[in-house]
Amino acid sequence: MRSLNNILELSVEEIDELIKTALDIIENPGSYSEICKGKKLATLFFEPSTRTRLSFEAAMMELGGNVLGFSEATSSSASKGESVADTSRVVSCYADIIAMRHPKEGAPYVASLNATVPVINAGDGGHNHPTQTLADLLTIYRERGTLNNMTVGFCGDLKFGRTVHSLIQALSRYTGIKVVLISPEELKLPSYVKKDTLSANNIPYEQTNDLESAISQLDILYMTRVQKERFFNEEDYLRLKDSYILDPDKLVTAKKDLVIMHPLPRVNEISVAVDADPRAHYFDQVLNGKYMRMALILMLLGLNREV
Amino acid sequence: MRVDGIQNGIVIDHITAGKGMKIYDLLGLKDKEYSVALMINVVSNKMGRKDIIKIDSVMPIDYDVIGYVDPGATVNTIKDGKLVDKAALKLPKKLVNVIRCKNPRCISSQEQELDQIFKLTDEGQQIYRCIYCETAAKQ
Repeated sequence: MRSLNNILELSVEEIDELIKTALDIIENPGSYSEICKGKKLATLFFEPSTRTRLSFEAAMMELGGNVLGFSEATSSSASKGESVADTSRVVSCYADIIAMRHPKEGAPYVASLNATVPVINAGDGGHNHPTQTLADLLTIYRERGTLNNMTVGFCGDLKFGRTVHSLIQALSRYTGIKVVLISPEELKLPSYVKKDTLSANNIPYEQTNDLESAISQLDILYMTRVQKERFFNEEDYLRLKDSYILDPDKLVTAKKDLVIMHPLPRVNEISVAVDADPRAHYFDQVLNGKYMRMALILMLLGLNREV
Repeated sequence: MRVDGIQNGIVIDHITAGKGMKIYDLLGLKDKEYSVALMINVVSNKMGRKDIIKIDSVMPIDYDVIGYVDPGATVNTIKDGKLVDKAALKLPKKLVNVIRCKNPRCISSQEQELDQIFKLTDEGQQIYRCIYCETAAKQ
């Protein structure tokens, strides 16, 4: 029995297989519409996350399966003091697969050690969120036809952004990847990610605090939110916040086939005026996330087909 | 200064000077009923200075604890005044309930019944990471 806690638990070949399955689902949705008939997905969300939970539930429904679960800790036995281990053992009696979101880092891993069905980490604090990375990878693949040979810019909060760390880890296993890290000094990518992931895999990277000067070389621009609460003083925040808002003016020198991404929710870091730009793909990521979750559910349930 | 030899017991020798107290604490020796001698800054031909712990009982020893703190230490078991075992240590691959994860966001900080488990992820740098949240332990 297999679970998924961290994107690196999937080999490059398995990610290729998931992408192939997702593309086949997109092409032939009808042939997957009953494949999970009689199967149940439990969405155990110990903290609210409307988008991820709905994505998992929609994924299972489109595979013909059913869903059950809860969307906040107060409506679960956790409010009575039940441990994650016990909750996962109990839910294993009701469901065939579990998707768990939890504010504490490592909680889905504890669940996977105790459940008798596969557990998917649907986000554990600031730690991992592997299905977001799967959504990101499918988005890149659909727009570029490959996950190799590209310059990827990450912009905004690179220090606390788990989606950034996971995507960098995932891309570090492909060839011809160059990374441009665009952030204020206060929110730079942690040195352990640079050392353990970028340098360890010989991925060339550069760091800058200037989005406008970096944008022309990018094939992918992955935006994240610069959160006010991350700054030590408001003066720094006010000085920096507008530098990391993407608007049509900043896109003037960008490549014509740039792929603009964002894990959402967006606040103001991408101007709504950019939404109509054909290079904006952040809403595609949402849809691609559902397809990759469908492919992942099939893989973990052993129901995936030869594509 | 002299501490008498022991007839039946354990001598943890060649401890890097300054690490003896940590091993003493992690092995929980202050709570034992038998005699324990912790010698600090003992003159050593090989090491210059070293720490030594002598335990007046052949107690079960958690070798992983000692290996984690100081893989260069040796553990000598004495029975009837004779050396019967001399164990060289190495960095353990896994530590169970030796150190605690300091990350307040880790599930192990909330659920106290969970074992505190760390895995050796970088032997050269001696980095252990919590298996739940992957936070590196501070030596």
